[in-house]
Amino acid sequence: MAVTGHSDSTLGGTLGLTEVDMIEMYRLVALARAVDERMWILNRAGRIPFVISGQGHEGAQVGIAWAFQRGHDWIAPFYRSIATCLTFGMSARDIMTAQYATASDPSSGGRQMPGHYGSHEHNLVSVSSPVATQLLHAVGIALAAKIRKTGQVAMASMGEGSSNQGDVHEGLNFAAIHKLPFIFVVENNGYAISVPAAMQVSVADVASRASGYGIPGVVVDGSDVLACYAAARDAVTRARAGDGPTLIEAKVTRLTAHSSDDQQTKYRSAEELATERGLDALPHFREQLRDAGVLTGEIEARLAAEIAAAVEDATEYAEAEPDPDPANATRWVYAEDVHNAEASL
Amino acid sequence: MPTRTFIDAIRETLADEMRRDESVIVLGEDVGKKGGVFLATDGLWAEFGDDRVIDTPLTESMIVGASIGAAVNGLRPVAEIQFADFIFPAFNQIVSEAARMRYRSNNGYGVPMTIRAPYGGGVHGALYHSQSVEAFFTHVPGLKVVVPSTPYDARGLLRSSIRDDDPVLFFEHKKMYRSVRGDVPDTDYTVPLGKAKITRPGSQVTLVAYGLMAHYALEAADRVAEEGISTEVVDLRTLRPLDRDTLLDSVRKTGKCLIVYEDNKFGGYGAEVAAIVAEEAFDYLDGPVTRVAGPEVPGVPYNHVLEEWFMVNPEKIAQGIRTLAAY
Repeated sequence: MAVTGHSDSTLGGTLGLTEVDMIEMYRLVALARAVDERMWILNRAGRIPFVISGQGHEGAQVGIAWAFQRGHDWIAPFYRSIATCLTFGMSARDIMTAQYATASDPSSGGRQMPGHYGSHEHNLVSVSSPVATQLLHAVGIALAAKIRKTGQVAMASMGEGSSNQGDVHEGLNFAAIHKLPFIFVVENNGYAISVPAAMQVSVADVASRASGYGIPGVVVDGSDVLACYAAARDAVTRARAGDGPTLIEAKVTRLTAHSSDDQQTKYRSAEELATERGLDALPHFREQLRDAGVLTGEIEARLAAEIAAAVEDATEYAEAEPDPDPANATRWVYAEDVHNAEASL
Repeated sequence: MPTRTFIDAIRETLADEMRRDESVIVLGEDVGKKGGVFLATDGLWAEFGDDRVIDTPLTESMIVGASIGAAVNGLRPVAEIQFADFIFPAFNQIVSEAARMRYRSNNGYGVPMTIRAPYGGGVHGALYHSQSVEAFFTHVPGLKVVVPSTPYDARGLLRSSIRDDDPVLFFEHKKMYRSVRGDVPDTDYTVPLGKAKITRPGSQVTLVAYGLMAHYALEAADRVAEEGISTEVVDLRTLRPLDRDTLLDSVRKTGKCLIVYEDNKFGGYGAEVAAIVAEEAFDYLDGPVTRVAGPEVPGVPYNHVLEEWFMVNPEKIAQGIRTLAAY
């Protein structure tokens, strides 16, 4: 993307981010939001059966994922990680084919529910539904990176509710013992479906639990994209230097219900929902970039048009893609060479 | 040909595979300096060092979950669960994650990982050091389940398991570790997964067994042979994928099938074998498909009298053969 007419802004400059970087980060936040909003429209229109959303998390996801090296480092994401996956190389079509569960859905070929993204091509680990299991996968990836001396860093992300699972304790303990190049990101949106964080987590900040493992725990404002980037960049630097894991807790907000099958007004007040709108990273980042002169009206208009076209393209593409063929439903239970032997089981 | 104990065959195979392929690592509780509580990994740490032989905290879910991640990023982990009885904290990682990774990612990811675990009773291990847990895992598509009975098979099957591109559960009967010896060639042979073996030919009854019970089955077959009953013993060796051909060929020949397993009978692995025989060899049967298995209590009791009461033994199997042969 060509960006001209502006000198390097002080905004981001101290972080080593160029204007091109920041505009691309903004594009990813806005694209993730636009794809997500389209998903809800398609769900309400009866085109897709289920939506699980990342709205309110996108700023933290883009800021944090931006600190990792695409195609080299690894991320074990979770079901709200649309912006993370887009930042790590997946496309709007990739996300949309998952909503339609098409044969071409790169995450699972239409086998998993929407939200269970993954891509071997982009080092994004396949997501399951039992929460927090992916933390151990990222720890194992980091272990392999250390043993194989690849210089890779692995990150796992999840919500604050998931962070209570035993796998989190087991994994952080092991990663800390071996100073693995591992980063644990908690996207704390205040709710585990309907249960508020105060009933989920015994402390105000999940990050404070890091001290129990002797690792740094950092709280960052999830509506501040550049602050999220800074926290992740520091953690990645530490990890690559062999100084071990970091826990980053991004305070985000959940702008939608838990999923398309949830009615959040049953447990969240109208006042609360209105207040939480103010924690949305998208307008905050837009204003920040406008004020710094990075995001001109011209660029903004061009990005808006690009994003609208990408969402339209992804929707039309996914609508037209064929369903998976049941004839292939028994494939890939095992590596293919034993497929025929096992098929008769 | 060199003779080896069951555990020697396992230890030497682990070392061989680690020498052959530097992506093979071993991790588990006490597997390092101590060499494992049964010494199945003795000497590996000294030869291969901290990076490839890792003493883990007491965290079975982590042992398996991190092995999945390590497998995703280019290693071939061999995880040890110290006793099969302690595998349940890792159940979610094995069943929800390892077993489904390839299917759910449409072959985007595979998990080339072997999980070794000592199982079985008869060693004064009581409820939590004696269990047979295979049925929990043979139910799950995406997993392979191996239960060798001889040092030769242990070596050949462990090689195949480590080299396999999918998750394999490798259950070793702890009573056999030092009590079972056998010839093990110094060659790089493998025993393929999914192939049973006729360990004793016979004509009147097919006796299906695996692990320690494969030995007891042979003893029982000897006993009833003196009474004029000819028993064919099928050692399954791999429980999933099951070698249906060898099983069904034998049953179609003998017309009778008795399945032996150490686990309690209800819903055990032998129930699936019985169902397959009933479905696919019904026309050849001239007696009911029967089972000799453990009693319906939730574990092996400790006191030696109670443990003997629990355990399937050659005489219980022989009685099962006699009853079936009388049809």
